[in-house]
Amino acid sequence: MNDMRIVERLVETQGNKISARAVQVHYGTSHAIKDVDVDILDKTVTAFIGPSGCGKSTFLRCLNRMNDTIAACKVTGKITLDGEDIYDARVDPVQLRAKVGMVFQKPNPFPKSIYDNVAYGPKIHGLTRSKAELDEIVESCLRKAALWNEVKDRLTAPGTGLSGGQQQRLCIARAIATSPEVLLMDEPCSALDPIATAQVEELIDELRDQFSVVIVTHSMQQAARVSQRTAFFHLGNLVEYGETGQIFTNPRDPRTESYISGRIG
Amino acid sequence: MSVSLLLLAIALLALIGFGLARRRALSSAGGNPRELHSLPGYYGWHGALMTALPALAGLLIWLLVQPVLIERSVSAHFPADMIAADSSLALTMADVRRVAGGIDVALTAGAMKTDDAGRITTDLAQVRDTLKAVGVALGSDVTTEVLAAAQDYRRLAALGATGRALLVLVLAIAGMALAIRATDKDFRARNRVEQVTLGALMLSSSIAILTTLGIIASMLTETFHFFEAYPIADFFFGLTWSPNFKGDSQLGILPLIWGTLYISLVSMLVAVPLGLFAAIYLAEYASARARAWIKPLIELIAGIPTVVFGLFALVTVGPFLRDYIASPMGWGDSGSSVMTAGLVIGILNIPFISSLSDDIINAVPQSLRDGSLAIGATKSETVRQVVLPAALPGIMGAVLMAASRAIGETMIVSMGAGAAARLDLNPFEAMTTITVKIVSQLTGDTDFGSPETLVAFALGMTLFVITLGLNILALAIVRKYREQYE
Repeated sequence: MNDMRIVERLVETQGNKISARAVQVHYGTSHAIKDVDVDILDKTVTAFIGPSGCGKSTFLRCLNRMNDTIAACKVTGKITLDGEDIYDARVDPVQLRAKVGMVFQKPNPFPKSIYDNVAYGPKIHGLTRSKAELDEIVESCLRKAALWNEVKDRLTAPGTGLSGGQQQRLCIARAIATSPEVLLMDEPCSALDPIATAQVEELIDELRDQFSVVIVTHSMQQAARVSQRTAFFHLGNLVEYGETGQIFTNPRDPRTESYISGRIG
Repeated sequence: MSVSLLLLAIALLALIGFGLARRRALSSAGGNPRELHSLPGYYGWHGALMTALPALAGLLIWLLVQPVLIERSVSAHFPADMIAADSSLALTMADVRRVAGGIDVALTAGAMKTDDAGRITTDLAQVRDTLKAVGVALGSDVTTEVLAAAQDYRRLAALGATGRALLVLVLAIAGMALAIRATDKDFRARNRVEQVTLGALMLSSSIAILTTLGIIASMLTETFHFFEAYPIADFFFGLTWSPNFKGDSQLGILPLIWGTLYISLVSMLVAVPLGLFAAIYLAEYASARARAWIKPLIELIAGIPTVVFGLFALVTVGPFLRDYIASPMGWGDSGSSVMTAGLVIGILNIPFISSLSDDIINAVPQSLRDGSLAIGATKSETVRQVVLPAALPGIMGAVLMAASRAIGETMIVSMGAGAAARLDLNPFEAMTTITVKIVSQLTGDTDFGSPETLVAFALGMTLFVITLGLNILALAIVRKYREQYE
C-alpha cells in the first residue's frame, strides 16, 4: 500500500482536466447516468469501476461525445474540458475527438497497413507537412505504444494480421497519433490474454506522463494496478470517487465496500 | 402396368413398409419408445425409404435402358446402309414409334381389332387411313419395313412393360423385407434416414452443376460443327459481320464483341456511380424510416421485366437522345444507339449494385466506424477512408456481377441499340451485341446445318466464357473479402 500513498501525493499536484457537473444520460426511456459530478485530473490515470450495466462506459463515451452517434441517446448537464463546455453548440465534436482520443474494448484496427493505421489521424487533421514528418510521428507513436520493435520491419503489412495484444497497442498508437490531451480507454484489456494485458497496463502507466488517461475496467486488480484515482459506478450513480488506495482499502460507502469485496456485482 | 400405376404401387408399398417397420420396432422394445435407439417415426421412414428407393432406382434405369435395347433390336429390320447413316435412321425410328403408338391408339379407339394389329398387313395405304381416322397423321407412306418394325416394337415394348413391373415390385418387396429384418430396438434408424437426407441434399446441389456441364457440352459440340464449316481465325479476328444464307457470309465476331463491351461500358458508367452512391446513402446516412421506404422502391426496378425497359428505350430514351443531343450536335440521327441501350441497362442495374453494396457496407463492423470517428474523422472521411476500402472487394464483386448481367442483356439492346453490327466509336450510332445476334441467327427459317445458324453456338460459347470469367473473378474477390476483418 505504500507506493499508493506516494502516488496519492503526486495526484494532488495536478489540476483538473475534465469536469462534469450534473450529467444525465437517457437511452430512449431508460435513465443510464444519474446526476454524475466528477473531476478528471491532468496527467493522471483515472479508473471507472462497477458492475456491468452500471453506466461507466456510457459516461466515458460522453467525454468525447461518441454518444452523439447513437440517435436514441440524450445527454444533459455540463462537461468541460479545460474550462470549455464540450456540449456547447459552437464545439465541433470532430475537433473535440481529436483532443480526446479513445481506445475500444475490442481491438479495431482498420483493414489497412500498420503504417496507415497510425498515419490515419495525422493525415485527416493535416498535422504534417511532409512524408518525413509523418514517418516520424508514426515511429514515435509506435514506440510510445511499445510496438515499434515488433512491427518496424513490416509497416506495410495489414494491421489486422497482428495478434490481439499487438492490435490493441496499434489502436493505442493510432489514438495517440493525433496528440490528444485525454485518452479514454473502454475496457482495453478485456479481449487480451494476461501477457498482453500486462504490456498494455505498463503502457498506460507510461502514457500518464503526457496524457490524462481514463480507463473503464471490470477488473478491480487492474484498476488498483494502473490508476491513481478510482470512481465507482453503480446503477447509473457515481457512488464514490477518490484516490485509488483509499477506495480499495478504506471505502466510505457501504456499496463500494460490498463491490470490492465481491459481495455485489 | 403403366409407369404411373407402378409409381402408385411403390407409394402404397412404401406406406405399408412405414407401418410395418414402425410397428416391428415398437414391439421389439416391448411397446416402450424409450427403449428404442431412434424415435419410432425414423424406423417407419427407414422402412418406407428402403421400399421405395431401390424400386424407383430400378424403374429409372429400366426406363433409360429399354428404349436403347428395343431400338437396337428393331433396327435389324432396316438395311445396313440405312443404319450407317445416323440421321436417316433416327427419322425412320421416329416413324416406327409413331406407327406403333398409332396402332395402340387405334386399338383403344376400336378402329382396329387386336388380331389385325398383330398381323403384318399388306395393304399399307389402309394402315395409313386407319391411323388417320383415329387422329394419328403420318408424314410418309408406311413401308413394309416400318410396319414390321412397328409390330416388333409393340411386342418388345409390351414385354418390357411386364418385365419392368415385375422387377420394380420385386425390388420394392425385397427392400421392405430387408428393412423389416434389420429393424429392432438397437438399430440406428435415425442415422440411416439422415444419411438419405444428406444424399438428397448432395443430389440437389449437383443438379445445378450437372446442368451447367450439360450446357457446355451441348454448346461445345455445335461449336465444333461450326468451326468445321467456318475458319476459326475468320470468326475471332474478322472485322465484318454479314451473315447471308447464299453462302458467302462473313461471320467476324469482333463487331459484336465491340458492341457488347461498348454498351456494357456505358451501362456500367451509369450504374456503378449511381448504385454506389445510393448504397452509401442507404447504409450510412439514411434514417431507419427513410431506408425502409427507399430500399424497396429502388429494388422495385429490378422486378420490372427487361422488355418493358426495352420499350422505354425504344419509345422514350432513344428519340429523346436523338432529338435533343445527337441531332443538334451532328453526331448522327439514329434513334437506336449504344447510348440509349447503355443508359437503360445502367438504370436497370442500379438496384442490383445498390442493394448488394448496401448489404456489404452494412457488414463492415461498426467498431471500424467508431474507431475512425473517435480519432476525429468526420462521417464523410470515415465512409471514404475506412468503410469503403473495407467494403471495396465486396463491392467489386457486386459490380462484376452487374457487368455480367449487362453483357448478357438482350431485350433492351435489340430494342434500344438496334441490330446492326458495326465497329464504331460514336456512341450515338446503332450497334448490336452478341446476344442479339444469337437470337436473330436462330429465329425464323433456319437450316441447322449451315454455318450461319451454327455460329450462334460459337457466339454463345464465347459469351459464356466471357461471363464465366467475370463471375469467377467476382467470386474470387468476394472470397478474399470474407477473410478481411478477423
